[in-house]
Amino acid sequence: MSDWPLLSLVIFVPLVGAFFVLVIRGDDAIVARNAKFVALWTTIGNFILSIPLWVGFDNQTAGFQFVEKYAWLSNNINYHVGIDGISMLFIILSTFLMPICILASWNSIRTRVKEYMIAFLIMEATMVGVFSSLDFVLFYLFFEGGLIPMFLIIGIWGGGNRIYATFKFFLYTLLGSVLMLLAIMAMFFEAGTTDIPTLIAHGFDPSLQMWLWLAFLASFAVKVPMWPVHTWLPDAHVEAPTAGSVVLAAILLKMGAYGFLRFSIPMLPDATVFFTPLIFTLSVIAVIYASLVALMQEDIKKLVAYSSVAHMGFVTIGIFTFNQQGIEGGIFQMLSHGLISGALFLSVGVVYDRLHTREIARYGGLVHRMPRYAAFFLIFTLANVGLPGTTGFVGEFLVLVGVFQVNTWVAFLATTGIILSAGYALWLYRRVIFGVLEKADLKSVKDLSAREVAILTPLLAAIIFFGVYPQPILDVMHVSVENLISQHHAALEGVRSVFVAGR
Amino acid sequence: MPQTPIPDFMPALPEIWLAGVAMVLLMVGAFRGNKSTRLVSWLAVLGIAVAFVAVIFGDQPNAKTFAGMFVVDPFSTLSKGLILVGAAASLVMSLDYIRREGMERFEFPILILLATVGMLMMVSANDLISLYVGIELQSLSLYVIAAFKRDTLKSTEAGLKYFVLGALSSGMLLYGASMIYGFTGSTNFETIGALYTDSGQEPSIGLIVGLVFLISGLAFKVSAVPFHMWTPDVYEGASTPATAFFAIAPKVAAMALLVRVLVSPFFGVVEDWQQIITLIAILSMAYGAFAAIRQTNIKRLMAYSSIGHMGFALVGLAAGTEGGVQAVLIYLLIYVVMNIGTFAAILTMRVKGQMVEGIEDLAGLGRNNPMLALVLAVLLFSLAGIPPLAGFFGKFYVFLAAIEEELYTLAILGVLSSVVGAFYYLRIIKVVYFDEPAESFERPIGREMGIILGASGIFTAFFVVLPGPFLSWTQAAAAALLP
Repeated sequence: MSDWPLLSLVIFVPLVGAFFVLVIRGDDAIVARNAKFVALWTTIGNFILSIPLWVGFDNQTAGFQFVEKYAWLSNNINYHVGIDGISMLFIILSTFLMPICILASWNSIRTRVKEYMIAFLIMEATMVGVFSSLDFVLFYLFFEGGLIPMFLIIGIWGGGNRIYATFKFFLYTLLGSVLMLLAIMAMFFEAGTTDIPTLIAHGFDPSLQMWLWLAFLASFAVKVPMWPVHTWLPDAHVEAPTAGSVVLAAILLKMGAYGFLRFSIPMLPDATVFFTPLIFTLSVIAVIYASLVALMQEDIKKLVAYSSVAHMGFVTIGIFTFNQQGIEGGIFQMLSHGLISGALFLSVGVVYDRLHTREIARYGGLVHRMPRYAAFFLIFTLANVGLPGTTGFVGEFLVLVGVFQVNTWVAFLATTGIILSAGYALWLYRRVIFGVLEKADLKSVKDLSAREVAILTPLLAAIIFFGVYPQPILDVMHVSVENLISQHHAALEGVRSVFVAGR
Repeated sequence: MPQTPIPDFMPALPEIWLAGVAMVLLMVGAFRGNKSTRLVSWLAVLGIAVAFVAVIFGDQPNAKTFAGMFVVDPFSTLSKGLILVGAAASLVMSLDYIRREGMERFEFPILILLATVGMLMMVSANDLISLYVGIELQSLSLYVIAAFKRDTLKSTEAGLKYFVLGALSSGMLLYGASMIYGFTGSTNFETIGALYTDSGQEPSIGLIVGLVFLISGLAFKVSAVPFHMWTPDVYEGASTPATAFFAIAPKVAAMALLVRVLVSPFFGVVEDWQQIITLIAILSMAYGAFAAIRQTNIKRLMAYSSIGHMGFALVGLAAGTEGGVQAVLIYLLIYVVMNIGTFAAILTMRVKGQMVEGIEDLAGLGRNNPMLALVLAVLLFSLAGIPPLAGFFGKFYVFLAAIEEELYTLAILGVLSSVVGAFYYLRIIKVVYFDEPAESFERPIGREMGIILGASGIFTAFFVVLPGPFLSWTQAAAAALLP
């Protein structure tokens, strides 16, 4: 089994599926039906295919596993993929969420189903590719390539203001990314390769590091998104179709933070230390500001979007603490937010499919007609708040423990974010689910269908299981994170000793 | 009186063959009249195909003939290959158009052939004289092609405008050439090159002035800012197949010529011309990006797009290194394929027997003709330089060359204008996929068109899978050019 190019298969099987969807012919109804099934089976198959990545994963080593390397572009730019404890779980998260996304779109997408499924399958390939690339150019290819399907998903199947939203999304991300591209080129020029493990070991000149770091920040900060470049996110989330929002919130946002972990911190340690106060400041602002903004939203999706910004603030705080708890907490928070925000967007999608409005004021009293939905939504809401027993708690708690050792003020301010999150999340729940059922069209609304239960249950199970028992996840990342931290400190020491020797 | 030796004709065989074919076809056309246009066109394509084979098999490391005025090397081979592919594709695309639009006159393919001969001459020029001869043969044919749809005001205006401004640029070029001759005593590229590369002699101010004029003249041909004024009007006014031809083959020829002139004889004064190329590259990229935003006519938009693309290609030249020249060649290769595909798509824009050119006319193409829309979207994303499509690699290599030469300002301004440029390509995609369907285009689009569209779409989408051969060809070509 180890001879199989398993990782490449997980990347490219969705593209094969997309090709099959492309060649489906016939009249519209048949095409739509077949496209759905091909996409569903491809994504389920791909999820099953990706499970051996976790099962066969060696927790005891920090090196890259499942490595594949083929010559590609000349000059030391190769097709090089592999995973370690940091990236592996994101691949699983991506493949896990994709069948759910396809199922969530089953009835709500009625036009151009074929193109929709193709876009999602291509999207999956780029997402897995981002997390498994061990070559910077390859990473960039997947990182940017994902913009194309997302642009189309929001633009074609989005809401009323979709064109503005999708252009904003695309151009914001592109603008950040091209600056990173120049930084990649400068690294290539310095080190003679774009191989990520080699670049990590290279040790760049500290003065150059500052520029490279800022160029990376331009790209990753937009993607995370960090305050003040987060404004594309609420627009994109609000206008995207449900599954598009899920992918955006659960996976695409993680790419930015993953970029910090994979590139900024190990490759540019001096600049990272230098800019850490900046990250802390921006993250704290993001946590508090986004939470306050979320309180005042009248649109459910926008509220969830701002809550994403706030939660991603925790992630960046955790990553930049450089201690075991903080970084593990940051990664755990990313995975947990992937599940929770995905679940929340799916829950919003459930009621949106019924009433075709996202306005909070249009709802109220749903518990009377939709008790099952109310139960699911309650658990997701509480997980979002960080209730112990859910993954949300584990992530936020670890981050706060980590950051408390570094900077108590940051810890204090970030904790206020948790309080605020309880405020907006519970208030939302109160306005949508409780209260008197008085709107006429709500009186005939139906509870969750079997399909919707099937979509939400796996997420619910994962949120609670890993909330109670986070060990499997923490075990996977433990050695890699340890290695990252020791590398980071070693690199700092190395630079200092060079400076001392220079004198 | 010393006897003049008979020159070796073999290196110039493709040019001689094509010129001969053009003469024969002229005879065919003259005797059989306009009804033979289709035959003449196909024979012209056949002639180009034979010339293509002759070019590929006639490749030599460095063969000179006609007293050193004409050179064949891997650089010229690659450029000629691109030119011939572009010319053949334009001819095939024109077949249906000229018949439908009532401009089926047999001179059209013949003029394209003659222009192609001029272009081949340009990329093989190794002397200021042969350079000028090549350019004029090309330009005079192109002026007529621009005005070929003679019953319409716009086409006539395009031809006249092109002619007047082209004549001005030729004048500048000749003036520059004469100054260079005056200050170096030679028109031969090698003799001039030896003067500055080997002896390390400081260039005189007269030579620099001459060089500036020469660059200005050539910048006009590649439509780089500030010598771009003719481009939008000519692109819009000329018939669409002619526009396609303008956008593809002459751009390659002029850019290849510019590269050869600057890198081969003037490599010793690279610091002097580097500043000029950097400036016009920045101006072209920025102007191409910003001016295209408000365009509503797709041909006009493609004009600004080509200005921008030439700016990006010039970034590679500005680096002035082997990697830079290679990057220019990769860029041209990809540019040719993308433009062939895009113009093929534009040529299918026909509603009720009428050609339409508005961007709004593409509305809802994603539903009316999904396959055409898919290819067009791939091409447009590629033109915008979004990975993993081919256009990204063109930009990747030119900026890589610029970074390696530490031209950071150029690179940063370049990528920023590529983001602005992405906006207007996205706007077309928006019209194609997001807007409500307008009137459907006529179908079928024709077998030839289908093949051209499919081939260019597949190349653009899958370049990423197998870039190796293209990289090694361009590298060999670039290595041959540098001293």
